[in-house]
Amino acid sequence: MSKIKSLDDLRKMKADLKSKISLREKGDNVEQKVQVKVAMATCGIASGAKQTMEFFMDQLEKRNIDGVTTQTGCMGYCYAEPTVEVRLPGNDPVVFGNVTTQKADEIIERYIKNGELVDGIIPVNYETIDDNE
Amino acid sequence: MKDIALHILDILQNSIGAEADEINVEVVEDPKKNVFMFRITDNGHGMSAETLEKVTDAYYTSRTTRKVGLGLALLKQNTEAAGGRLNIDSEPGNGTILTATFAHDHVDRPPDGDLGGIMAITLCAHPEINFTFTYNTPLKSYALSTAEIKKELDDVPMTTPGVSKFVKEMMNENILNVKS
Repeated sequence: MSKIKSLDDLRKMKADLKSKISLREKGDNVEQKVQVKVAMATCGIASGAKQTMEFFMDQLEKRNIDGVTTQTGCMGYCYAEPTVEVRLPGNDPVVFGNVTTQKADEIIERYIKNGELVDGIIPVNYETIDDNE
Repeated sequence: MKDIALHILDILQNSIGAEADEINVEVVEDPKKNVFMFRITDNGHGMSAETLEKVTDAYYTSRTTRKVGLGLALLKQNTEAAGGRLNIDSEPGNGTILTATFAHDHVDRPPDGDLGGIMAITLCAHPEINFTFTYNTPLKSYALSTAEIKKELDDVPMTTPGVSKFVKEMMNENILNVKS
């Protein structure tokens, strides 16, 4: 049987992890990172939010995108779970619905990398002319 | 919910919502006594007796974003369908203890699911909370806590890419070892 991973292995990984941070870190300022929030309430979990979250964590790393993936609660769009809020540095957050891993791939490739809007946006945070007065 | 791990992931959100900073997850598997149990203990806000009576009602929720709250209702249903029960002890200001039991040999007991995976994503998404996790069988046990991981990582943040994946694999390999 192969050896079971332990905390010792994590310590050994530390140097590697550190080099990753120093490449990415811009003063540990979350505002300058891509922030991905996966809605992780009953409705989201039942629709596969765990897979979606693991996909984002995995793929942001693999595709070399400086981002943080975290969890949030239910935003009331239970019909469109899994929902994901993506905030690009300097932009307003955008909420996407029905984010399967396939949709997540499209969001990373098109929205996060190129800033192109993709289908499936839930218009939660639009501003009206009155708001701007 | 497809498996027990997803239930735990769901219930943990309640503890996080109650602003707990110590959350303990204990899983006990004892085939001889025919028990599969998980217990989540937190030091969050807690609930009054009045609230406690209503929490497993699907039409009760403390949220304002929607009118239903299915998490505990679904868990109660799943435990009872598998010869077990759901018990919640809580007091305002003193945290909450939730215990879900299943009959180990019951055909309707949901599969364990990806326990390491749900713990890893929750731990890494909430580094400010100290999680402790134990998996006990009559012969072996496995324990891990946020504090231990932080100690090894030192100045490397828990949210660093790759940490979650490692924690998931480490936990699942150890749980598998404990179960064998």
